[in-house]
Amino acid sequence: MKRAPVYEYLLITGIGVAALLIPWLLPNFITQFTFLWVMVVFALTWDLLGGQMGYNSFGNVLFFGIGAYACAVVQRDSGLDYFTALALGLLCAALLSTAVSALLGAGVLGMRGHYFAICTLGLGVAAGEIAGGWEYLGAGSGMVTPQYPGGIGERDLFYYFLSLTITGTGFFTLRRLYQSRFGIAINAIRDDEDKAEAMGLHTTRYKTVAWCVAAFFLALTGGAVGNLIGFIDPRDVAFSGATFGVWMILMAILGGKGTIWGPVLGAAVFHLTQELFWNFLFGWQRVALGALIVLIVVFFPQGILGWVREAWPERFGQCVDTDRQGGEETR
Amino acid sequence: MTTLLEVQGVSKRFGGIVANEAISLSVPEGGIIGLIGPNGSGKTTLFNAIVGYYPIDAGSIRFEDREITRLRVPQIARLGLLRTFQQTRIYGRMDCVHNMLISTPHAHQGLWSMLTHFPREDREKAESLLEFVGLYSKRHLLAGDLSFGQQKLLEFAMALMNEPKLLLLDEPTAGINPTLINGIIERLQRVNERLGITLLVIEHNMSVIMNLAQELHCLSRGRLLASGTPEQIRTDQRVIDAYLGVQ
Repeated sequence: MKRAPVYEYLLITGIGVAALLIPWLLPNFITQFTFLWVMVVFALTWDLLGGQMGYNSFGNVLFFGIGAYACAVVQRDSGLDYFTALALGLLCAALLSTAVSALLGAGVLGMRGHYFAICTLGLGVAAGEIAGGWEYLGAGSGMVTPQYPGGIGERDLFYYFLSLTITGTGFFTLRRLYQSRFGIAINAIRDDEDKAEAMGLHTTRYKTVAWCVAAFFLALTGGAVGNLIGFIDPRDVAFSGATFGVWMILMAILGGKGTIWGPVLGAAVFHLTQELFWNFLFGWQRVALGALIVLIVVFFPQGILGWVREAWPERFGQCVDTDRQGGEETR
Repeated sequence: MTTLLEVQGVSKRFGGIVANEAISLSVPEGGIIGLIGPNGSGKTTLFNAIVGYYPIDAGSIRFEDREITRLRVPQIARLGLLRTFQQTRIYGRMDCVHNMLISTPHAHQGLWSMLTHFPREDREKAESLLEFVGLYSKRHLLAGDLSFGQQKLLEFAMALMNEPKLLLLDEPTAGINPTLINGIIERLQRVNERLGITLLVIEHNMSVIMNLAQELHCLSRGRLLASGTPEQIRTDQRVIDAYLGVQ
């Protein structure tokens, strides 16, 4: 496969070092940064289907919610100590969510284009309604996650590094996947699924695996966020299509669909502007956010990285047709 | 020669329109067979029926003595029966090499192989096939940036990458610069002779198909009108009438 350029390794190292130092450099902003890592997972997992595979899902928040609830239920009912229960909860959340995505995928991923989008939208909404009426999950009043056994500062630090770990693992998993046969195959499905089928690709298998990977990391994030917030509301936290569900799409589009760095960049820019709006435009923050969305769609339909890539394609390892390139010289 | 593809009594209707009516033909292994007929005579419909894209209403299709009538498109493709499209289809936002790499045969790929990188042999094969069709210097360009003719060549190279036993070509010379057509015919013949790939070709350019094919089948209004050597077809009064519109 194409070797990654040196500056990409420098970038990864830089972000990694900064991420490890942030709790001590900017201790007052630790929760914001925890949520930044969560946002990065949202954008990356959405882009796996929406950007790389061309399947615009409006219901990925389903797996986030399943993760949040599954983890909380295990923590409530297992009777183990806090950290063992949390670890077991996260594991169960990831497994359950992956299983659900595999089962749903077999049917839902058979639909294409708008049909897939509408169907996933329905799934997300339906899940919220089910959770809101299910006594076992606390119904409309939601679930409260267990009290963290240590102090507040320690708790913040713990969840910061938990989110960072999930995000890091997710990022490197996806990066590795995109460089392998899997990445090329889902790109092919995005470009022309009929052609991919005509060429004998196991399209259903690739699509299902892609959804399972997204569901796995979203569920882990869901488990972490449920504990971070301390309270799981069925419609406002777990299956919150209007906030998390829409944000994950926006962040991926803002940064640039179909790239590994686009969603990361999009999540950072989006989270930062959102926090700024909340601080300086209080009362109007949702209006400002809406205006921002309109601006993004009108002026950066390809996203920030997509726009940069159009301006300097060579920087992204793409070639443009020039005469210099012809024939033997390039061998 | 043994029979590779056996089409028997295949019918396909779209509502009241009969696109294919009881068509029977066979393709011998190693041959180059032509499929001709006026516009709307059901040639592409027959292709779509053979590769499993359209479920047929009646008849049976056998490939290597195996019933494939009810198999799905990717399953049939993995058996080694591949088609190219009249409206050329490539993966536009990937470069040519990636287009080629993902076209390697998928028959024996397990779940684990999707996580692997492409082996060196695949890359070498991709590059040599791109050289074969004359796209080597364009190999790192996005496929969508190529001209229509170049995309057609790329699609052909992708089909070869897949190592099919039988390749169905839907108008391989349509939309191609006339000066390049001879090059395409020569490549088709080389593929047939050296790689042993059997070809079933839809073609409107009569001088091309008469030189290329050993046997021709002519469709008209969804029915098989005539079959035979190019010489027989050329002089068949029914074929001439069909093309000239005599009732």
